[in-house]
Amino acid sequence: MVSQESNETRRLLEMRGIDKSFAGVHALDDVDLDLEKGQVLALLGENGAGKSTLIKVLGGAHLADAGSISIEGQPARITDPHASQTAGISIIYQEFNLIPALTVRENIFLGRENAKFGFVRKSDEYEHSRRLFQRIGLDMDPNARCEELTVAQQQTVEIAKALSVKARIIVMDEPSAALTGKEVEKLFEIVRDLKSQGIGIIYISHRLEEIFEIADRVMVLRDGKHVATRDIGDIDHDGLVEMMVGRKLENEFPARTPAPGEVRLKVKGLNRGKSVRDVSFSVRAGEIVALTGLVGAGRTETARLIFGADQADCGAIDLDGRRMHINNPRHAIANRICLLTEDRKAQGLVLTHSVRENFALPNLSRFSRLGFVERSVEKARFRRFVDSMRIKIPDDETPAENLSGGNQQKLVLAKWLENDCDVIIFDEPTRGIDVGAKYEIYVLMNELAAHGKAVIMISSELPEVLGMSDRIIVMHEGAVTGEITEVSGATQEQIMHLAIGSKTQ
Amino acid sequence: MTELSATRNLTRRFLSDYGMIVGLLALCVYFSFATISTEYPEGDRAVRQVVDKVLADRRSDEIVIVVGRDDAGGKVFVAETVKALRAGGMIEVEQVVGAPADLKAVIAGVQESGKKVSAIATTRWVSQWVLIEKLDEKFAEIGHVDVVVPESFTQSKFLQMRNIRNVATSNVVIAIIAIGMTLVIITGGIDLSVGSLIAMSAMTAAYCVVEFAGARSAGVGAFVICMFVGIFACALVGLLNGLMVTRFAIPPFVVTLAMMLVARGVAFIIGQGESKYQLPNSIVWLGQGDDLFGIPNTLVLMVLLYAAAHVMMSRTVLGRYIYAVGGNAEAARLSGVPVKRVIMFCYVMCGALAGLGGVIRMSILKSGSPKYGEMAELYIIAAVVVGGTSLSGGKGKIFGTLIGVLIISVIQNGMNLTNVESYTQKVVLGLVILGAVLLDSLRGGRNLKGLARLIGLKASQSRTS
Repeated sequence: MVSQESNETRRLLEMRGIDKSFAGVHALDDVDLDLEKGQVLALLGENGAGKSTLIKVLGGAHLADAGSISIEGQPARITDPHASQTAGISIIYQEFNLIPALTVRENIFLGRENAKFGFVRKSDEYEHSRRLFQRIGLDMDPNARCEELTVAQQQTVEIAKALSVKARIIVMDEPSAALTGKEVEKLFEIVRDLKSQGIGIIYISHRLEEIFEIADRVMVLRDGKHVATRDIGDIDHDGLVEMMVGRKLENEFPARTPAPGEVRLKVKGLNRGKSVRDVSFSVRAGEIVALTGLVGAGRTETARLIFGADQADCGAIDLDGRRMHINNPRHAIANRICLLTEDRKAQGLVLTHSVRENFALPNLSRFSRLGFVERSVEKARFRRFVDSMRIKIPDDETPAENLSGGNQQKLVLAKWLENDCDVIIFDEPTRGIDVGAKYEIYVLMNELAAHGKAVIMISSELPEVLGMSDRIIVMHEGAVTGEITEVSGATQEQIMHLAIGSKTQ
Repeated sequence: MTELSATRNLTRRFLSDYGMIVGLLALCVYFSFATISTEYPEGDRAVRQVVDKVLADRRSDEIVIVVGRDDAGGKVFVAETVKALRAGGMIEVEQVVGAPADLKAVIAGVQESGKKVSAIATTRWVSQWVLIEKLDEKFAEIGHVDVVVPESFTQSKFLQMRNIRNVATSNVVIAIIAIGMTLVIITGGIDLSVGSLIAMSAMTAAYCVVEFAGARSAGVGAFVICMFVGIFACALVGLLNGLMVTRFAIPPFVVTLAMMLVARGVAFIIGQGESKYQLPNSIVWLGQGDDLFGIPNTLVLMVLLYAAAHVMMSRTVLGRYIYAVGGNAEAARLSGVPVKRVIMFCYVMCGALAGLGGVIRMSILKSGSPKYGEMAELYIIAAVVVGGTSLSGGKGKIFGTLIGVLIISVIQNGMNLTNVESYTQKVVLGLVILGAVLLDSLRGGRNLKGLARLIGLKASQSRTS
C-alpha cells in the first residue's frame, strides 16, 4: 500500500545503541530498535531480558546511559514521560493507568482537560471521546465509570487515550494477558485498524501464537542484549523459543505419570453470591486438577472460598475425610491448604520487604520459640529452598520487588512448601513468567503431585491446562459446566464449549 | 559477593535505616561550637583552684584574706576555702563575707597589727570590686597584694553535663509515646489522640489519687494503682481506636481525630476544668528522681522501653507481623497473619504508652492538668517521621524514632542556648521536619513514584477469575 514510499519516509522510530545499568546490573547492552509506520513489531524475551527497561527508556521513565532515539528522522530527547508523550509515544502498561472512580471521558482527558476559565467543557470532551471510539470501531459510553468496565474495555479506553494525544507510536505491554479469546480477537481488529492509520505498534507478549497472528516483525532480547530482529515470515515457533532462551527447548511441558490416591479435598455445594454457585468437586492425592473457564467464571472466587480468604454463604469442605470449618486463611494454613494467588504483587508478596522475610511470613510459628524468631533456623530453611528451587537472588535481604516474575513465583511457592501444604492451589501459576521459568514451575508442580499432594491449577491457558492436568473442571458464570476426565483425548474446542456455557456435550 | 561489597551493603543498609544519626551528630557538633563561651569555675572547682594557687607559692605564716559575697554561694566558698587553706598549713587566714567596706575594715585591721597582707583569695565576681581592682592605689602603703581568683576557661554550654541531661530528659514523654506511634505508623495508620490521652491519663490518675487514695496523704501503693488506672483508661481508648479501624474500616485519621476531641473533653470534665494539685510528695519519684547513678528515672524507663520495643520489632514474630501488615495487608492476611489483631495491638499499645506519658508528666509536675499534651501528637508524629518511618507503612525503625526525638530535642535546646526567639524556633523546627522527610524521599528515589501518584497516574486494579 505504501511500497512506493522510500525507506526514509516510512521509518518511524529508531533507537540506537541504548545502554542502561542499574546498580551494577547491565539491563540493556547496546540495543537497537527500528519501527516503521503501520508496522507491528513484537518485542520478545524472557522476563528480565530487558523488555520493560527498553520500553521505560522509550516512555521516559528511565533515562538511558547511552544511545540515541530519533522519530521520523528527527533526533528526540526523551528525558521524562511528558517529553515522550509530546514526541507522539504512548505506552499502555500491563497495569492500566486509569483512575477507577473517574469516567471514561475524564480518564481520556486527564491532565489535558478541555476547559474554559477552569470549567471543563463536558460536551466537547464527550463528543471527542465518542469519535475516538468510533475510530476504534467500538460502542462505548464515555460517561461510564472505569471501575465498572471489564479489563478488555479498560484496555480500549487506554487505546482511545493514546489516540487522543495523537500518538504515532503505541506500545502495548502484554495487552492480551487478561483477555478472553473473543476479546483478543477484538483487540487484534483494533490493532490492524491502527496499523492502517500508519501508527507503529510495539507489541509485547509471551503468547507466541498471538505474535504469529498479529506481528509483522519480531525482535528478541536476551539478558539485555539484542539477539535478532526478523520478519515474521522468516521464523517459526521453535526458532523463536530458541532465540529467547538461547537453547533448544525439547518440550513445553514435562512428562506426567499420574498416580492418584485417596480423595484429599472434597468440595460440596459451595456458594457465594452470584460468583460461586453450587460448586462441587474433589481432588485426589497425587492429582493435578485444572480449574478453567473464561475470565469471571468464578475460579479464583472458588479458590478463595477454599482458602478462607472470603466467606462462603454455604457449602462444605472436607480434607482427608474430615469436615473443615475454614473462616480465614489462618485456619486454612493451619490445615495445610495454601493458595498461590494470581496477583503475586498485590496479594502474594510484601514487595518492599526482603525475600527472607517474605519466605518466613506464614512459617514464623515454626521458626520461633516463645515468640522470638530464630534467625539461624529461618536462614537455614530459606537457603535450602533457594538452592533446591534455584531461586535467583543476590542475597537474602533483597526486596522481593527486585525479583523477576518467575523468581517471585518460586519465592511464593517456597514459602508454602516450607509449610508442607497438602492442598496447593495455583492461580494462573505461569502468568507473566518467561518460557524457561515456566518449565521449572511445571516440574515443581509434578514433583508436588508425586509426593501425594493435591494440586489445583487455575489457568486460562488452554495448552497449559491440557498439558499439565490429570482432570479438567470447567466453570462458567460461577457454576461448574463440565468435567473432562480423559485429558489426553481432550481438545481446546471441547473446553471452550464448556467455558462459554453451551452444554451440548 | 566479595568482603568489600558486603561491608558496603551493610553500611548502605545501616544508613538507609539510621541515616538520620548523621544529621543528629551534625547538629550536636554545630551546637557544641555555636554555644562556646568563657566561663569561670564555680563551687568546688573554684575552691580547689584558689587553694592550690595560694598554697603553691606562699609560706605558711603569710596572711591570706578569703573574700566572698554575702550570699549562699559566697558563704560556702569562703567557708570551704578557709577550711582547705588551714588544712593545707596556712596559719593566718582571715575571712570576709559581705561588701567591699567589710574587706576594707579587715585590711585596715591587719595593717594596724603591723603585719602584711600577702594575698587575697576570692571569686571571679568579687575580684571585679573597684576596691580590689585598685587595691594598689587605695592601699599603697601596704605594698603589692596578690589577688588570687579561679582561672577562666572556655567551654561549650551545649556540652555541659547539666545541659546534656536536659536534652535527654526534656522530651522523655514524647519519646515514650513515639514508640507506640511508630508501631501504629508502621501498620500504615496514624494516632492523633495521643496528645489528649496525656491529659486524660494525668487527670484520671490525679482524680483517683485525690478522690479515693487520700490526696496528699496517699500511700505509694495507692497512687501507683491510680497511675495504672490512668494508663488502663488510655489503653481502652486505644482499643476503641483499633476496633473502629479494623471492624468498621473507618480511616485511622478520622477515628483518632474524633478520639482526640473526646479524650481532651473527658480530661476537662474529670477536673471540671481545673487542675489537680493535691498529690503526695512521693509521687514525684518517677518524674524527678534519679536513683540509678544519678540518671533520671524517666530516662532509665525510656531506654528500657526503647530496648524492649526494638527487640520486639526486630526479633519477635509479632514484630514481623506488624511490618508485614504495613507492607501489604492483603498479602499478610493471605499468608496467615492475624491482621486485625495485629493492628488492634498497635493501637492499644499506643494508647497505653500515651497513658504512661500522662502519668509521667503528672509525676514530673506533681499535678494533673487537662491542658497537658496540647499539640504533642504533632511533635510525636514529626519525631517518628524524622526518624525515617514511612507514613505509607511497612518501613521504619524504633531507634530511628529515638533519633528523631533527639533531633527535635537538640534543635529546641540549641536554639534556646543561642537565644533564638520561640516564634523563630517553630519555623526552624517545621523546616527541619520537612527537610528530613525530603532528604529521605530523595535518597529512596521514591519521590518520582510519589509524584506520579500525586498527578493521578495510578494503576487501576482489576481482579480476574
